Amino acid sequence: MAAVKTIRSRTVALPATNIDTDQIIPARFLTSTSKAGFGIHLFADWRYDAAGNPRPDFELNKPEAVGAHILVAGRNIGCGSSREHAAWALLDFGIQAVISTEFADIFRTNSLKNGLLPLVVDESTHAWLLAHPGVEVSIDVESTTLTLPDGTAVKFPLEGFARYCLLNGIDELGFLLSQSAAISTYEHKSR
Amino acid sequence: MFEKVWDDHVVVAETADTPAVLFIDLHLTHEVTTPQAYTELRSRGIRLRRPDLTLATMDHSTPTRTEQVFGGVPIAVDSAARQVKQLEINAAEFGVELFNLQDSRRGIVHIIGPELGLTQPGKTIVCGDSHTSTHGAFGALAFGIGTTEVGHVLATQCLLQRKPKTFAINVLNRLPKGVTAKDLILAIIGKIGVSGGTGYVLEFRGPAIEAMSMDERMTICNMSIEAGARAGMIAPDATTFEYLAATPRAPKGAEWDAAVARWSKLPSDPGAGFDRSVDIDAASLVPMVTYGTHPGMVAPITGNVPASGDAVFEKALAYMGLTAGEAIADVPVNNVFVGSCTNGRLSDLRNAARVLRGHKLAQGVKMLVVPGSQSVKRAAEAEGLDQVFLAAGAEWRESGCSMCLGMNGDLVPAGHYSISTSNRNFEGRQGKGARTLLASPETAAASAIRGRVTDPREFTN
Repeated sequence: MAAVKTIRSRTVALPATNIDTDQIIPARFLTSTSKAGFGIHLFADWRYDAAGNPRPDFELNKPEAVGAHILVAGRNIGCGSSREHAAWALLDFGIQAVISTEFADIFRTNSLKNGLLPLVVDESTHAWLLAHPGVEVSIDVESTTLTLPDGTAVKFPLEGFARYCLLNGIDELGFLLSQSAAISTYEHKSR
Repeated sequence: MFEKVWDDHVVVAETADTPAVLFIDLHLTHEVTTPQAYTELRSRGIRLRRPDLTLATMDHSTPTRTEQVFGGVPIAVDSAARQVKQLEINAAEFGVELFNLQDSRRGIVHIIGPELGLTQPGKTIVCGDSHTSTHGAFGALAFGIGTTEVGHVLATQCLLQRKPKTFAINVLNRLPKGVTAKDLILAIIGKIGVSGGTGYVLEFRGPAIEAMSMDERMTICNMSIEAGARAGMIAPDATTFEYLAATPRAPKGAEWDAAVARWSKLPSDPGAGFDRSVDIDAASLVPMVTYGTHPGMVAPITGNVPASGDAVFEKALAYMGLTAGEAIADVPVNNVFVGSCTNGRLSDLRNAARVLRGHKLAQGVKMLVVPGSQSVKRAAEAEGLDQVFLAAGAEWRESGCSMCLGMNGDLVPAGHYSISTSNRNFEGRQGKGARTLLASPETAAASAIRGRVTDPREFTN
């Protein structure tokens, strides 16, 4: 996993609440055995019409969304299926952080494991960001701060361990493998 | 109860900065969410730590037509065929027990764990599938994980976890005749909302829960994730032990006695505190049906589509082709699906067959009945349930996830109304443009007969 320290980008906004992982990546694309290549299918049923052409009115298809790495989404994004393909699809498309007021548990975990930053903000910051899509904001993982265009700094919650892993590009498997002796002790005790 | 199971599995305690290392007793795996995890293990040269605690089956992308499962007709979707093949390769290379396509023990991962008796009270159980919450019906701590975490468990048999909070769902009184476990869980999700359980482990308690069979309890816990919960649990009791005593892989002899003694200590102590609680009166419920595009958009079958000025709500109704104020019982039905890890067990098929017996599907209605496992299929056939479905004009298939998520090509056409015993009514879940109405097997069967949403109590009470 690559280190994530700062993200500076324009935003793209999808204000719908309860965006489920079936929308982020529909099930018919899950037969792949690779992590790559899901970006073209991101939000497939919202993004393309029946003939497979991009719908011009869908936010991610608008010219101003090109190059945006921060998605502002309605409350409870990522609900439903545990498919990590949702995080892979967002990253493959170019999204590096998702901002909302609430994240579904498994999606949040999957995102952090892949260096996709799930960023929880308060209602008023969220409402402002949804009302002003396309603004440039910056995110600093070290100080857990989101800076708005007017310079307002908004702190966001991020557990120390997750922050450490993001900043150093550490994947957790290495940490778990280093606990092997403790795991062996547990296995022996509970046998 | 949750705390007892959690505390029993802590390998390294959590601190302010680091999550706990939690040991996993049972890792259930399937073809869709494992290939990338095995690729990671292979690239790092890591073997499986505990193949003895790992089981693989194939369910999501597998065909349900008998000629495809047993007749040598290839799987229609090439990528699905490759995925199934990849699981066979991975299981062989890493030494994991696999129930392959033609295995008589194969089935939906959340149906076969309990069936085999591998799902037991007090265990920690994970799977790369959100409906792993099903296994909580036995008093296990069971939850869905992503593919990276699947890799963690394959490599270390552990996960890094923060301790969730607890949420008591107190179900007061008993369900009236003709109202099912599915109706109850839909009503609970309607009450607490699709993110009402986020960050919590739900514990379902009370007289209505205690009176339920294991099949019904599994239906309840299965949909905990639809309220956003990490897991759902029900205290083990005599019903749990009776179910497990008849399973092939539950402990036997002296080990069984010791296990029951251990399991009997799991229920929450009287007066145990919960971080949150809610009461719901089972006696006041009627059959429930969803009308929108998430499981929280649910109404009594005797009611109407509610009104709301919310844009997301309006978009959902537009997708469903419904209008506020419309009677739920007027909604047409083109397609009926009975199956899934929510309602694909033998008692579910019995309940659907009881309504359908002696009736025909309404003109133009298509109905698919997909048993949750090959074992459920054999048991249903031994009772003649398949003949009831076939005589009514329904299709009778081999087991799998099938039309719950349409990965295997079992799809609902765009614009069609599908009354489904599955767990998710998200846009496009059963096929692009498909309009899903979630309900119980009884309601699905009654609706199949009339060709519109129908209260099953017309047939059963």
